[in-house]
Amino acid sequence: MAIDIDTARKVAKLARIRVEEADLPKLAGQLSGILGFMEQLNEVDVTGVEPMTSVTPMRLKRRADVVTDGNIQAQVLKNAPDAREGFFAVPKVVE
Amino acid sequence: MSANSWTIAAARDALRKGEISAVDLTMSCLTAIDAGDALNAFVHKTPEIALEQARAADARLKGGEAPAMCGIPLGIKDLFCTKGVPSQAASNILKGFKPEYESTVTSKLFEAGAVMLGKLNMDEFAMGSSNETSCYGNAVNPWQRKGSNVQLTPGGSSGGSASAVAADLCLAATGTDTGGSIRQPAAFTGIVGIKPTYGRVSRWGIVAFASSLDQAGPMTKSVRDAAIMLQAMAGHDPKDSTSADIPVPDFEAALTGDIRGKVIGIPKEYRMDGMPSEIEALWTRGIEMIRDAGAEVRDISLPHTRCALPAYYVIAPAEASSNLARYDGVRYGHRAKLSQGDGITEMYEKTRADGFGPEVQRRIMVGTYVLSAGFYDAYYNRARKVRALIKRDFETVFADGVDAILTPATPSAAFGLGEMADADPVQMYLNDVFTVTVNLAGLPGISVPVGLDAQGLPLGLQLIGRPWDEAELLNYAHVLESRAGFVAKAEKWW
Repeated sequence: MAIDIDTARKVAKLARIRVEEADLPKLAGQLSGILGFMEQLNEVDVTGVEPMTSVTPMRLKRRADVVTDGNIQAQVLKNAPDAREGFFAVPKVVE
Repeated sequence: MSANSWTIAAARDALRKGEISAVDLTMSCLTAIDAGDALNAFVHKTPEIALEQARAADARLKGGEAPAMCGIPLGIKDLFCTKGVPSQAASNILKGFKPEYESTVTSKLFEAGAVMLGKLNMDEFAMGSSNETSCYGNAVNPWQRKGSNVQLTPGGSSGGSASAVAADLCLAATGTDTGGSIRQPAAFTGIVGIKPTYGRVSRWGIVAFASSLDQAGPMTKSVRDAAIMLQAMAGHDPKDSTSADIPVPDFEAALTGDIRGKVIGIPKEYRMDGMPSEIEALWTRGIEMIRDAGAEVRDISLPHTRCALPAYYVIAPAEASSNLARYDGVRYGHRAKLSQGDGITEMYEKTRADGFGPEVQRRIMVGTYVLSAGFYDAYYNRARKVRALIKRDFETVFADGVDAILTPATPSAAFGLGEMADADPVQMYLNDVFTVTVNLAGLPGISVPVGLDAQGLPLGLQLIGRPWDEAELLNYAHVLESRAGFVAKAEKWW
């Protein structure tokens, strides 16, 4: 399936990646090429096959629902591009 | 032979006998690393940490009872989070990131006494087959074609690991493998690389690419070294819910060299159209070696092989688009410079456009598309169904009595850096044709150097094992290695 420029723009928006208008045609072409390659999957008969959901059949382990970690605010914020007063800081979200 | 070119096994024995100190061994690697800058393998050097760890290892060795990895100098792929040391996944979006924690794999290696020399180059977020998507610039293969000084790719994504081990900058290195990222670079550089069964090694603290496919493993100079190092990396970890709570056998003890009566399958679907005759000939030689060793060679069929690459290139980007959503400029790494009036959405979009390279952006967008409303069933669910069929192919041949499968590791020898620059992205994906099936099915796979091509470049074969049967798999690889007698080294030009 060919990806047109509008679809490429929409996908970039959904992925939260800024793509300049001038770069959209090239991106659309590349995405179309990759998706075209995936069309081969349509040649496989998958009738009655369940989608694979786990690599190794296993039941996830459980543990008691208790706090096992914490009180590491400084460590959590250490790598933040902008942290103030013990919080992550971001541009204004609500007017 | 200077100590940096030793195997882990040789160094272990020499360290235990007191023939060399861990500090001297580490120094010989640090010297080689500084002389090897042209390879661009080590991207963050950590000599102070290395020497401190080496001194601690010497103290432990003096006390006796030191584990096998005690005092062994290693390179660590940049994908592993290492406390207080840059861990960038070769991406600008993680520039400046110094984790406050240590990955389980590196913790286990350090507890066993291993020494970290530094962080190794790779493709950005492990997405690539040539190391050319790295924010540090590509690593270089120490091997060159006979009579040529054209620089070749060490493969990817664990290209820095492969280059460093092949050039004797370290004794061994960690790698990770999502679609072939340990096995393909190992084959391109004449070393050994094993991707363990999914769940054998903890993924905690390794920057995630595709969580249902990622697995870490050792990249080493011999199969014995792979066994020793995997031993130290493997095991259950409560911090990774997909890590298996099953005993880890003694891998080195499994290297008996006896494979008589075992059944090795040769899948006809791996005989691809247009496969170079040298790869074909290498495979035939490998088959003869296995047969000579007393194993039964059996033709098998894995009918859905052809669909593995397209299924992989739906599933891996889908998982990546989710995993990489966390790089938003809020909690760590890079945040773009904002203009007056930019809100949080502009911050996300500009940060991700700045920080991610073109291949990573493409894969995130492909993943976003195949997971988006209206396309989820057509692409993602269909790919997961095909994945189930690929896994079933393997289960069927194993149930029929096949113990392991022998295939080529790569469709070619190492290619020139920049040679694929103008190629369609899909052309690069074809590098993974023999390796992705193993990740999709969650199986263990190992690449073993078997010969040189006419241009003098190394070529490898791949062995695929039953789930959790790394011990047997390493033994088959050991037999192949002994019979192939691959001893060639890259001629030093750097």
